[in-house]
Amino acid sequence: MDYSVEIESVSKSFGKKAVLKEISLNIEEGKIYGFIGPSGSGKTTLVKLMVGMDDPDNGTVHVFKEKVPNLGLLQHIGYMAQSDALYLSLTGKENLKFFASLYKMPKSEAAERIAYAADLVQLTADLNKRVSAYSGGMKRRLSLAIALIQNPRLLILDEPTVGIDPELRLNIWNELLRLKNEEGKTIIVTTHVMDEAERCDLIAMIRDGRILANGTPDELKELYQADNFDEVFLNAGRKSHENSRSN
Amino acid sequence: MRTAALIKRIFQEMFRDKRTLALLFIAPLLILSLMYLLFNSDKVQPNLGVTGADHQLVKALEKADIHTVHYKRITNTEKTIKDDDLDAVLQYKDSQWKLTLQNDDPTAAKALQMKLHQTVSQFQSALMNNDKAARPMEDIKTGYIYGNRNTDFFDVLSPTLVGFFVFFFVFLISGIGLLKERTSGTLERLMSTPIRRWEIVTAYLVGFGTFAVIQTIIVVLYAINILDMVLAGSIWNVIIINLLLALVALSLGILLSSFAASEFQMVQFIPIAVVPQIFFSGIIPLDGLADWLQAVAKVMPLYYAADALKGIMYKGMELSDISCDLIALLIFASFFTILNVFALKKYRKL
Repeated sequence: MDYSVEIESVSKSFGKKAVLKEISLNIEEGKIYGFIGPSGSGKTTLVKLMVGMDDPDNGTVHVFKEKVPNLGLLQHIGYMAQSDALYLSLTGKENLKFFASLYKMPKSEAAERIAYAADLVQLTADLNKRVSAYSGGMKRRLSLAIALIQNPRLLILDEPTVGIDPELRLNIWNELLRLKNEEGKTIIVTTHVMDEAERCDLIAMIRDGRILANGTPDELKELYQADNFDEVFLNAGRKSHENSRSN
Repeated sequence: MRTAALIKRIFQEMFRDKRTLALLFIAPLLILSLMYLLFNSDKVQPNLGVTGADHQLVKALEKADIHTVHYKRITNTEKTIKDDDLDAVLQYKDSQWKLTLQNDDPTAAKALQMKLHQTVSQFQSALMNNDKAARPMEDIKTGYIYGNRNTDFFDVLSPTLVGFFVFFFVFLISGIGLLKERTSGTLERLMSTPIRRWEIVTAYLVGFGTFAVIQTIIVVLYAINILDMVLAGSIWNVIIINLLLALVALSLGILLSSFAASEFQMVQFIPIAVVPQIFFSGIIPLDGLADWLQAVAKVMPLYYAADALKGIMYKGMELSDISCDLIALLIFASFFTILNVFALKKYRKL
């Protein structure tokens, strides 16, 4: 089996606060992998380690068999940050063009990719408006389009659907599934939305810098004796709470 | 290629931000003009006390826009000047001209003195043409109530001011430019693309540098052509020095923005990184300062720029005379630039 991402006993702390503790995880190629867990559990830090924006204190991260951080790898990783990092005084199109020009891509392909990405997030009509005039949801969509711009093999999306209405969210998820199924892309998503978690192939529950459990959605439901994912989330929280108390 | 994309984006953003552009290009001119007006407030007709002067000369002086007050005899020159609020007294005694300037405003005093010299020498040549015996007016003995003949503020100050405003505005705008990129998260986002750190630093230097070049040229041309600042040397040399200084300001602004979390914190760097430089740029004579204070001056880019600018603009030196200053500025610029590449490690280790 091919792994897109291999994380080996990674630890990371900021100052005295340990954010990630001995995390090991393999992410299969061509799967959607969900990270769920409360805010501050370390999801974003873990994601940044995979992109190579941060160095682990201990352990290693490999993406496509290459050690992270690696500039060449970034060509193949599409990253969408938790906060919308956009140039507000530029138009949506100018933002897309700018990011496209940072990757190795022929001009004609760039134009195609811009059209495709804008269409995917339904921003084609608003592409010539300045981003400062965009709504929160539109900015989120533009961020997603930018993550897709270089047609990466691995997509890392940090809470991609925050502030996006249910209909568009469904569209985006359908597209993510299509990208996985037809183009064999690996997609890593962090989320708070439990019905999204259920659409993932595999899920890791993260709490306090540790992976509490991972497996398919059904396996996790069984493990926490839950009917739906909200319960999984709550039960997992309760369980770890009890554990820390008994410690 | 990526650098070019970044430069293009910087341009796009700049042209959308009209106020910043205005600050960059117009504010220095505005402040420079204000300083110029403040230091050159000599529009009032000067009062000149005269004794023993020929009628025709007095007429000539009046014609030259100098208000003359005629005295039969002045015993205490200083007292007369102070009591009657005269700007100067011109005395002819024992076939010797003597000019006493109050000199409370060196610029005004200088202007008056120049006018007098002009009028008197014109008057003298007129007399020569009339074939009358020439009186020894060429050297007027000049005395000062306040200060001395060397005090001429704006002439000395103006080269420093030109340098300072170039430094200040480039520092501020480049610093805040990169800061915007940091606080909006786009710098971090950039770091998740295959761009190299030095490509970002280069793009910022070239992108903002272009605006700095335009600003520098506007400021220098304005100062010399419109404000009529003294320029003894070549204007090209002035531009070269200011461009180097702008490069230092650019790299320093970008560097210090690494240590600022907000625009407000960037502004807080002004009293720390900018204002002290004014004091050490030669406005206050450094020779009398303690040794350690003089050493402090040597680590300030503006000290070298001001020295070089004064050399060119005031003393009429050549580029070769101030090569040490230029080298110092180059060292500052490259040092800050290299530090910038390292400072970006905060965002990505590679």
